[in-house]
Amino acid sequence: MEQSVPTDNSGGLTRRKSRGSFGKTVAPYLLSLPAGVWLLLLFIVPLGAMLIQSLETCSPASGVCVMTWHWGELPSVVNLYHAQFLTSLYFAAIATLVDLVISFPIAYWIAFRGGRRKNFFLLMLLVPFFVSFIIRTVVWEFVLSNNGVVLHTLKNFHLLPQGFHVLGTSFAVIAGLAYNYLPFTALPLYVALERIDYRVLEAAYDLYATRRVGFMRVILPLTVPGIYAAFLLTFIPAFGDYVNQQILGGTANTMIGTVIQNEYTSAGDYAGGASLSLVLLAIALVGIFAYARVLGSRTIEQYL
Amino acid sequence: MSVISQTIKDTAESPAGAPFIKKRRWGRFVLPTYSWLVIAYLVFPIAMMIIYSFNKVIGGMQLVSFTWNGFTTQWYHEWSSVPGLTAAFWLSIRLAVVSTILATILGTLLAVALVRYHPPRFKGKGVIEQVLFLNIAAPEIVMGSSLLGLFVMMNINRGFVTLVLAHVMFCIAYVTVTVRARMSGFDRALEEAAYDLGARPLVTFFRITLPLIMPGVIAGALMAFALSIDDFVTSYFVGGSSIPFPVWVYGATRVGIPPQVFVFGTGIFAVGIGFAVLSIVVAKKKV
Repeated sequence: MEQSVPTDNSGGLTRRKSRGSFGKTVAPYLLSLPAGVWLLLLFIVPLGAMLIQSLETCSPASGVCVMTWHWGELPSVVNLYHAQFLTSLYFAAIATLVDLVISFPIAYWIAFRGGRRKNFFLLMLLVPFFVSFIIRTVVWEFVLSNNGVVLHTLKNFHLLPQGFHVLGTSFAVIAGLAYNYLPFTALPLYVALERIDYRVLEAAYDLYATRRVGFMRVILPLTVPGIYAAFLLTFIPAFGDYVNQQILGGTANTMIGTVIQNEYTSAGDYAGGASLSLVLLAIALVGIFAYARVLGSRTIEQYL
Repeated sequence: MSVISQTIKDTAESPAGAPFIKKRRWGRFVLPTYSWLVIAYLVFPIAMMIIYSFNKVIGGMQLVSFTWNGFTTQWYHEWSSVPGLTAAFWLSIRLAVVSTILATILGTLLAVALVRYHPPRFKGKGVIEQVLFLNIAAPEIVMGSSLLGLFVMMNINRGFVTLVLAHVMFCIAYVTVTVRARMSGFDRALEEAAYDLGARPLVTFFRITLPLIMPGVIAGALMAFALSIDDFVTSYFVGGSSIPFPVWVYGATRVGIPPQVFVFGTGIFAVGIGFAVLSIVVAKKKV
């Protein structure tokens, strides 16, 4: 009460100051409001809607869904499609491992030996992103096709039997996944390696560490958060991917993404699709929370 | 002379000096060769796309085949002769422009809030950070399918508007993270100087803050544009009768790809690389 009296009586300066402090109080909320509302309504709310939808029952003919509190949907779709989940898990895991092995040396080379051309090499790693994901996959389909450049040439020299084919096999799908997600692995690894303070490594060498020991006991441990970030950023999208399987893999070895896509777009079974999506999300969340728990949620953003 | 002194300076400064000299072969030969092979592998399909955009087509159907029939620029002259594809391309461009503008504004504001304010004054910061993190890490098919579910539930017609809603949604987090990373070295004293000279908050923001964080904002906008124009999964779910470029190409894979797809692909690639090189050059000049 007493405080409000001088504020009312004093000149513009104090008034402005008080408005300024009010502005400062609401500023963070005002600044984050538009993006926050957008993400709430179009990211969080749909996930909630998906949860509700998974409890409904949909009629495949009309595509109309009615809430029936059908708790059995989730276990039944997992049971029905566990083979596709396992296939996705298997393909994504192998592709991610291949990517980690392929990209570690190049990330290491760019980080430690890139010199002034670092930006150029990083751009080269990002080059695939400048061409549409679908087009890249389609080009691989052509390259790997039976009469494509690679197989045709090898068959001409009788290095491969005439009946040999790549398209339609698990190998083609894994190769496609590994290609498409390689930059997602290489960049976090680069960031992690780039951050290493070289003096730490020099200290190890000064203390008579061999190069092998320096690598195993200094570089590798310091890169662990980056390796895990690379793993997540590659594995999660690869796990939900279905484009590679559909274009390169043919009809065999269906991945779970294809099943979800069919449930939503051709079967009209939103309840089944929502349940499968939830399981997919849950698997991704396990990995993300494990990361956040061990290494903190802020750290992964450093690798993006 | 200057080259020599530059080289000497480089070797002197290079922290990698001593330990690598001994095992020259590995560091100087094996690793670079390997790295160039990986780069060649990454670039290979793109090179194929560009080369085969100049390939002649034999036969009635104008579809790409991967046997080389001779060089032609026919498809560049007839770039717009597949109506569905051209429409899809322009839709993608419009979508990417609108989504980029919205996502860049929203994402930048959020980034400013996250860099500036901390928990006692900014409650809910942790929650927002976790949502951003989840948004980036969540599988795209989950975001796309859940949005489709929501739109169907609420009887919202799918089209350009739902595409924009979805694209801005998945671009915001990337813009925020990019802008925030570039803002980390921001000197707040410059803003305080403006305040001391009587500038009001909005004036300070537009005359001081925004120009200073502009490189980050541009990087974020480029990222958003690239994400939007390349997006397939989410667009496939929420596009309805509006078909952006990647969705059109996906649909065409079942019947055959007209060579114009590669022409558009080459065009988008050239523009993208152009912008990337430009941003690197500009960034270097500033330093």
